Amino acid sequence: MIRQGDRTVYNLDWVTVLIYFVLVFLGWFNIYAAVYDEEVSRSIFDLSLDSGKQLMFIGSSLLIIVGILNLDYKFYDSFGYAFYGLFVLFLIFVLIFGKEVAGSRSWFEIGSFRLQPSEFTKFATALAVAKYLGTPNVKFTQLKTQVLSGIIIGVPMILVIIQGDTGTAMVYGSFILVFFREGMSPMILVLGLLGVLVFILTLLVNQTILIISLVVLGLIAIGLSIKSPKNIIGVIVGTILVVGMVKSVDFVMTEVLKPHQQKRVLSLIDPGADPLGIGWNVTQSKIAIGSGGFFGKGFLEGTQTKFDFVPAQSTDFIFCTIGEEHGWIGSLILIGGFSFLLFRLIHLAERQKSNFSRIYGYGVIAVIFFHFAVNIAMTIGLFPVIGIPLPFFSYGGSSLWSFTILLFVFLKLDAHRMQVLTR
Amino acid sequence: MNEGRRYIVQGFIFIVAMIFLVKLFFIQVLDSSYRLAAENNIVQKIIEYPYRGLIYDRDGELLVYNKPIYDLMVVPKEVAIADTAEFCDFFGIDRKAFEDKIAAAKRYSYIKPSKFIEKLSNEEFARVQDQLINYSGFYVLARTVRSYPERTLANALGYVGEINRRQLERDTTGYYRQGDFIGISGIEREYEDVLKGKRGVSYKMVNVRGVQKGDFKAGAFDTLSIPGEDLISTIDADLQRYAEYLFEGKIGSVAAIEPSTGEILALVSGPSYDPNLLSGREFSENFNQLSSDTLKPLFDRPLMAMYPPGSMFKTVQALVALQEGVITADEKIFSNGLLIGDLAPNGFYDVKRAIQLSSNNYFYKVFRRVINQEDDPNTYLDSRIGLERWKSYINNFGLGVRLPTDLPTVKSGYVPGVEFYDRVYGTNRWKFSNIYSLSIGQGEVLVTPLQMANLGAIIANRGYYYVPHIIKSIDDRGSKREIFTTPNWAGIDSVHYPIIIDGMEEVVRSGSGRRAYLKDIAICGKTSTVENSQGADHSGFMAFAPKEKPQIAIAVYVENSGWGGRAAASIGSLLMEYYIRGEITRPWLEDFVVKGDFLY
Repeated sequence: MIRQGDRTVYNLDWVTVLIYFVLVFLGWFNIYAAVYDEEVSRSIFDLSLDSGKQLMFIGSSLLIIVGILNLDYKFYDSFGYAFYGLFVLFLIFVLIFGKEVAGSRSWFEIGSFRLQPSEFTKFATALAVAKYLGTPNVKFTQLKTQVLSGIIIGVPMILVIIQGDTGTAMVYGSFILVFFREGMSPMILVLGLLGVLVFILTLLVNQTILIISLVVLGLIAIGLSIKSPKNIIGVIVGTILVVGMVKSVDFVMTEVLKPHQQKRVLSLIDPGADPLGIGWNVTQSKIAIGSGGFFGKGFLEGTQTKFDFVPAQSTDFIFCTIGEEHGWIGSLILIGGFSFLLFRLIHLAERQKSNFSRIYGYGVIAVIFFHFAVNIAMTIGLFPVIGIPLPFFSYGGSSLWSFTILLFVFLKLDAHRMQVLTR
Repeated sequence: MNEGRRYIVQGFIFIVAMIFLVKLFFIQVLDSSYRLAAENNIVQKIIEYPYRGLIYDRDGELLVYNKPIYDLMVVPKEVAIADTAEFCDFFGIDRKAFEDKIAAAKRYSYIKPSKFIEKLSNEEFARVQDQLINYSGFYVLARTVRSYPERTLANALGYVGEINRRQLERDTTGYYRQGDFIGISGIEREYEDVLKGKRGVSYKMVNVRGVQKGDFKAGAFDTLSIPGEDLISTIDADLQRYAEYLFEGKIGSVAAIEPSTGEILALVSGPSYDPNLLSGREFSENFNQLSSDTLKPLFDRPLMAMYPPGSMFKTVQALVALQEGVITADEKIFSNGLLIGDLAPNGFYDVKRAIQLSSNNYFYKVFRRVINQEDDPNTYLDSRIGLERWKSYINNFGLGVRLPTDLPTVKSGYVPGVEFYDRVYGTNRWKFSNIYSLSIGQGEVLVTPLQMANLGAIIANRGYYYVPHIIKSIDDRGSKREIFTTPNWAGIDSVHYPIIIDGMEEVVRSGSGRRAYLKDIAICGKTSTVENSQGADHSGFMAFAPKEKPQIAIAVYVENSGWGGRAAASIGSLLMEYYIRGEITRPWLEDFVVKGDFLY
């Protein structure tokens, strides 16, 4: 064990570790700034403040890191499915025994301590996906593989939706990125993006005009591909599908989405529609970030977050504090930091010899990227407000621990990449 | 396998990062509206309303002061009321009003305070204060309104009210804001600039619950409010009070002036109102009630009511005739009641006797001499020249012109000129026989009580007057407007006055003004019984006292009260005695006045 531990330390990707700590401590400072109250001046270590608690979470994360690095790297491969099964069970338990917080039943409560199993299911799902897709002879081009992969991410996703936490459920969709890397047809991505585009267009543009222009586009496409009748059929089918989707958006908006979700989507299109209701959060978030200017107002000088205009300012909306107090430069550093981390992780994933490690690595990348992109996008009004945290920054033990586990398991695997002989 | 796809993934991450950075550059660096919105969020502008200047009487007695009142403010975001029905009961509003007010407040701002109930009185505030703790989102803000220790001088003091849109548009200084209070009439309006002071502003940071979190930018933009300057009025509060007491239940006016300075000592408009009615929460209600009152309490009669001067005008006619040299002081003219109706006996009259007995026929003849001085053989043209000459004399007495006093509502009265008669009869188609009623102060000539008091002052001063004014000094600076310290020459040599004054003394001693007689104070006066086509004659009296070194000149009009020698002369005499002596010695006369039964 000691020898292995030594080698782990020696082979550990210290660049990623460094970025990890930079992000975590920047997050810690910003949590302090977000809850700072000039009149009741308390220290960053004060345990009654979110920052004090977050420091405890950081400390416990260190223990978790040490634990992960000292476990045998083969453990994760071997017990991938076991973990997955265990956490799916947790998700079912939480539905039965969980505590309902803000409309979603996704927390275990033990004394004053709360744990959100869906945070950790991300890690377990990443393991299971890697385990399954890493199996020799499993190719993503096969329909069976596609269906089974879909089931692996679908089960926790549906359970989390039942909990009432649509935001976290969407995270499982990010594994599409892993599938893409592993050979999924890019058409699915393109179609998915198209679907989103049509959905947004439907909300923005008059339906009749949209349908007419779609039909015209279809006719032009038919004209261009007059030589190959096969394409014509494709275009016609495609046009009919898209028009059908346009027609069904109303149905989705009114029947499928819950009222608060409808409002979130609509407020994205027109934040001014309900400035005091659902638009409030986005409006205030943008005001906080937008008022930061180029250099920001300075550490602890932010007013919008400090005076509680921004909701959830230490958790989901932590980016507001960065934007307000550190301006565009702060935003640049944060976005640059995350981009660098993701690029570094891609680099690490690609150098893996085992399929399991690489696929798991992409799972980590997909989950972190999804959280990062959606969290920032929602604070600046580019995406509906769904409550998902900014990795490493947002206040909260479950979130910090789950990202720490997710990341360091990968680093552990990476540290032992040379010991894997098969590819 | 598929290694190339890493670049697509990288590209995707890169594009998302770039979209974020560009979008952030737009909202953080290029678009400054967010910065304004942020300041707007946290900065609460607190107006510190200055204390409006106080107004004192000439002896330092307080006439107008400021009383604190309380506005109930609401911050919609903070409103949490367990039992709305109870809340409505407590504040005496119905459910609908409650919801309307909350909706209005939300329209203004969700997070900033707006007025919920305006102008709570002291008592209401005391009652509300303890309860407020149960209603989060509500708090009380103190400010002041005008208050008056006594219900005197209402019309002259004027009132303040919320600035209206037209006044806001006309305000070139840019000082006023919607919701500000501004002097609307009387002294409040005329001296608005010095009374109002200067508003102060402080900027406080507040959190989303409207709780103050300290000074914005360390108070760099804050300004202190500067209180308005106090005014010292020329009014003698004791005299004013006594005059209003005597005037209770009567319609008409009193104007009293200190001849040596032009300072207005008392200004009564009857009926009047309690000035406290037009301050405080019931302003609109009370204002509507007052302005629809058929007795017009808001009509400032001493300045605005125009009456024919009647016989008091004979003093002016006599002075003009003497100045023109058409009569001499001791020239006797035979008068009988043939030319014009007359109560004076037939006989020979000199000017003194004519005034004493108010001989209409004497003044008819004298006025003809003034008008027709044979400047032109054509009697029409001669009358024309004569009237023009006469009118300029009359205007010199401050009649038919607007006295540039500091009471904004003052009226000019009316003295007809050639244009008037040209219009009525056609150019050059009128002559003396058309205008003779002017000779006895009837016909088209109209004067205000203030102008008649000023006439008394001119005679008392033997030839000049200071423009009557009501403010003695601004905040102890002692400086009066220059126009109030410059004597105005009435155009008659002072040698001509003694004989008129002797006549006026005789009026009181043994003429129509006998009721005004005092043994040890020589009062000189002239009564008027003003013909009134609408009802009983108006009773008028113009006087000054004492004869030598006069201290007070006064004009009294009591509407529909018959002879000038009864109502008006009694009131005038009591007031002059009260002012000079500080007390009255004729309680029976006071009784007569208070009883107010003047018509036989």
